[in-house]
Amino acid sequence: MLDVKNLKVRVADKEILRGITLSVKAGEVHAIMGPNGSGKSTFARALAGHPGYEVTDGTVTYQGRDLLDMDPDERAREGVFMAFQYPVEIPGVNNAYFLKAALNAKRKHHGLEELDAMDFMALMTEKAKILDVDEKMLQRSVNEGFSGGEKKRNEIFHMAVLEPTLAVLDETDSGLDIDALRIVSQGVNAMRSPDRSFIVVTHYQRLLNYIVPDFVHVLSDGLLVRSGGRELALELEEKGYGWLETAAAGART
Amino acid sequence: MSPVAARHDTYLAEYGRFTKSRGSAAPAWVREHRARASARFADIGFPTSRDEDWRFTNVSPIAEAEFALAEGLPRHAAALVAGVTVPGAVRLAIVNGQFVAALSDLSTLPKGLHIVSLRDGARDETGGLREHLAATFNINAHPFAALNTAFLDDGVAILVTKGAIVETPIHVVIVTGSESPHAPRPTPHAVGVVSHPRVLVVAGPASQVTIAQSFAGAPGDVYFTNAVTEVVVGEGAVVDFYTDQRESEKAFHVANLQVHVERRGVFSSHAFSTGSRLMRHDIGIGLKGEGADCTMNGVYLVDGERLMDTHTSLDHAMPHCTSHELYKGILSGKGRGVFNGRIIVRIDAQKTDAKQTNRALLLSDDATINSNPQLEIFADDVKCTHGAAVGQLDDEAMFYLRARGLTRTEARDMLLHAFAGEVLEGLKIPALRAQIEATLFSALERDVTLRLPSGQDPSTALRAGGP
Repeated sequence: MLDVKNLKVRVADKEILRGITLSVKAGEVHAIMGPNGSGKSTFARALAGHPGYEVTDGTVTYQGRDLLDMDPDERAREGVFMAFQYPVEIPGVNNAYFLKAALNAKRKHHGLEELDAMDFMALMTEKAKILDVDEKMLQRSVNEGFSGGEKKRNEIFHMAVLEPTLAVLDETDSGLDIDALRIVSQGVNAMRSPDRSFIVVTHYQRLLNYIVPDFVHVLSDGLLVRSGGRELALELEEKGYGWLETAAAGART
Repeated sequence: MSPVAARHDTYLAEYGRFTKSRGSAAPAWVREHRARASARFADIGFPTSRDEDWRFTNVSPIAEAEFALAEGLPRHAAALVAGVTVPGAVRLAIVNGQFVAALSDLSTLPKGLHIVSLRDGARDETGGLREHLAATFNINAHPFAALNTAFLDDGVAILVTKGAIVETPIHVVIVTGSESPHAPRPTPHAVGVVSHPRVLVVAGPASQVTIAQSFAGAPGDVYFTNAVTEVVVGEGAVVDFYTDQRESEKAFHVANLQVHVERRGVFSSHAFSTGSRLMRHDIGIGLKGEGADCTMNGVYLVDGERLMDTHTSLDHAMPHCTSHELYKGILSGKGRGVFNGRIIVRIDAQKTDAKQTNRALLLSDDATINSNPQLEIFADDVKCTHGAAVGQLDDEAMFYLRARGLTRTEARDMLLHAFAGEVLEGLKIPALRAQIEATLFSALERDVTLRLPSGQDPSTALRAGGP
């Protein structure tokens, strides 16, 4: 599904990712953990194609194609979805209207007929129910005046409607209380399938109690320093990140 | 003699011809208006950048070129009028300053509404026409309005009787142009024609009416429209007024809207401007009675090397009046915008509540805006706020929309629509709104194509900014 090789990314003249190699197969859930500033969000945004993140080296192959060669919108239409860590407020753009445009852009790209307003509303109602999203939220401006929890829930709602092939969740758990976390996780788990993969970026192990990963990777100072099964997350919970950073520093010298 | 003065003479020569030919039949009081205005214009001439009100808008392209007084009915006028038709509306066509019954539609004239061509109305002194024509503004302060008045001849008067609630919108379509670029010109050196369209609206006490004005011309045609519209909003009357300026991109467009609002009258203006090479809008609203309310909103889109100048003036003369003003500019290419918002709160106008906001979105490094709020407050118990903001398209919002699958153009249009939406929402005639929305975005399309040299990353180009 996704093959990342020696990915180096620079943000404003500072190298943040210093050579990431990662392979994600269809149906797998990978967790990327790491301390603040280790480059987790940079990795997520680089995959989504944020123009401020400059790839200086390495390759990313997605479903056999060069992902880095695609514009962010083409990546999205090809099935890559990033749930934002800080969803952007867009006053004046209706949430449902935007989502319909996004879904139809994707359907058109895949040669499918565009959904009309009726069919789209039916789809929205169905997905809103699963994620316990208040339908009033759909008629408001995108993220405007939403609480932190509402924003994150709206991201997962967008994901549920757009049905991506590869979903990258960037710190989706931050700002969620325990009930919201459970609902969001249920939404994600309901979407797990043999042909859909997830990359879950998180600082805390907590989320992984709900979304159980197949693999856990630890990112430190722009490099993946450890990879393992979900037990690695539990180990991190217990010991913190400090010992890894020491290990990473040791590995470099 | 300077070239400006020379052209000034051209207008005066035209004036001489005009008064002896088609203008000769007017009643004496109309001829007096003309003579006063003509003398005034002869005195002051075209404004220059030394005039405070014209500091950023150089009208020498108008003053130095020769425009012949537009005559007749060019063949393309019918198609232009058809192109902006609003189904169900009463349509009034003014072509080259003359009311054209053949292109108008008065088949559904509601009760309480009187429509008359200004020429007939002036001759017959139809109800209130003589009293109100050329009475809402001071020609000394508006050189172009003086020029229009010098050529006062025809146009339309819309008279709403006391208490009449007119639900059918009235759509005034104003077209300027000559037969074709190759047709012989009335004057040998003229670069195009000039028209001086004139509209008078008198809404009687407690009446209600909705009026839209569309300005149009043939694409690529060079001409000069110099319009004056006067509106009198009677006691407790409600007048909604819309302007769609979609002139040829090579046209010169100067328009002056002057409004008097009586006690507890409510007036709203929404102006949408996408056309012309040089636009100057003057909107002056006088709140002349207690408890009057007015809204003055607008959206303008300027690209290429064009210039759009909006000068608004709000005169709070009486207590307990409210005003809301919101202008939004979208500027691209080497487009230039000027916004000057004057609010006068006179000493008697206690409890005034005035709010003015002006926002501009710069889509390129070379676009510029000069924004100037001008508050003159003489009363002490008032609430006046003003705000101006200049910004670019939000990069993060662009990325968010694109990361969900919208193309750059789709994302940009969505953000621009949201930006203009607040003002567009005020337009209550769906057919007109659809026309304006379509024009806003097709106009931009053209500009973006121009803006992108091959090989340039489009996302960088859109991340417009600059110091």
